[in-house]
Amino acid sequence: MYKTIALVAGLALLATPAISQNINGAVKARQGQFNVLAINLGVLGGMAKGEIEYSAEAAGAAADSLVGVAMINQAPLWPAASDEMAIDGTRAKADIWDNWDDFQSKWDALGTAAAAMKVAAAEGPDAIGPALGALGGACKACHEAYRAPAN
Amino acid sequence: MAALCVAAAGLFVTRPAKLPDGALDGLSADPANGEQVFYAAGCISCHAAPGTTGPAKLTLAGGQAFPSDFGTFIAPNISPDPDHGIGGWTLSEFASALRYGSSPDGQHYYPAFPYTAYAHMTDQDIADLWAFWQGLPPSDVPSQPHQVGFPFNIRASLGGWKMLFMSKDWVVADIPSPEVERGRYLVEALGHCGECHTPRNALGGLDTANWLGGAPNPSGSGKIPSLAALDWAASDIAYYLETGFTPDFDSAGGHMAPVVQNFARLPAADRDAVAAYIKALQ
Repeated sequence: MYKTIALVAGLALLATPAISQNINGAVKARQGQFNVLAINLGVLGGMAKGEIEYSAEAAGAAADSLVGVAMINQAPLWPAASDEMAIDGTRAKADIWDNWDDFQSKWDALGTAAAAMKVAAAEGPDAIGPALGALGGACKACHEAYRAPAN
Repeated sequence: MAALCVAAAGLFVTRPAKLPDGALDGLSADPANGEQVFYAAGCISCHAAPGTTGPAKLTLAGGQAFPSDFGTFIAPNISPDPDHGIGGWTLSEFASALRYGSSPDGQHYYPAFPYTAYAHMTDQDIADLWAFWQGLPPSDVPSQPHQVGFPFNIRASLGGWKMLFMSKDWVVADIPSPEVERGRYLVEALGHCGECHTPRNALGGLDTANWLGGAPNPSGSGKIPSLAALDWAASDIAYYLETGFTPDFDSAGGHMAPVVQNFARLPAADRDAVAAYIKALQ
């Protein structure tokens, strides 16, 4: 009997690092997405506020990056048991997994707003402001429902 | 026997205050301003049914739950429905609710409804808001009872709470400009920012010595940040209130998302005024 217990315990110890590495990688990757979004939103926001000089090329590159991130397939980045109740270091609410279709549609809305920014970026600094507002709305809609408060 | 007399006297002295009938009827109401007051006061953020988006949020059917140390409060239906909402109220009853936290049938409201802030609203804004209210869609969803246990379910005790924690005075007395004064009205009266951003004492009253100094999130998880120690420029604050973007381009979530949605509808001068008030605190 004790051999069985020892065997199961040993297997559990071996299994755990593999599972948590998978989850850690997914969490780092998805948080990295948001960092990339923030950096490129910063470029566009700076142009909209008049703090950075507008350049169609730089604005287009930033918009392309937003579109690129929005195209990333989300399912592998949100594995089971990677919500804020299960692990530390994430603010992802368990509601995401209960409402995956809604979560996915909110992610898709980000893609729509990013595509609109791509168009606006070519038009000039005055067009960037409203497009940035639409992007903010897409970010907020998902954060309101699916991101837990900060500590 | 003496204790009973004291208790009865206490309840009498702290009974719900009301405005006399017809108190604000002389004012000429402007529903367009009422709409601005509606968004600044954030009625939608608490009273829209959970999960609604877009124009459906204007149906103030209630149902959102607000956990706290005293129990869980469920926002009531305050649509202009005459049976399930407040459609049957008069303007002075509406004003008594906002100013004194008193219901038309003479009960105290729980201060989860931020009447301690709304008490500072002007008569004109209340009249304008009531005029705008008549155009909102009615809802026949019944209000749900609060989930509040003994002893907090004794509404009469709130009279004592109000006596301790309601004040006619503004929190910030030192006002260097008309812009900061407008900001004070938006923050301390309509926006009721202090309700979340100021810590509370053991009885649930605001600890105004630490005004806007940040507080634990009443849901139990996380912290609400300090505004008094916020090291953003005034333009960053105004931009955040318009777009939800922080200076690092993180995006507002949680309870701030509806606040930003509301403030985005106000004139830019109002967002600038809030920013000026916050900077004046520092």
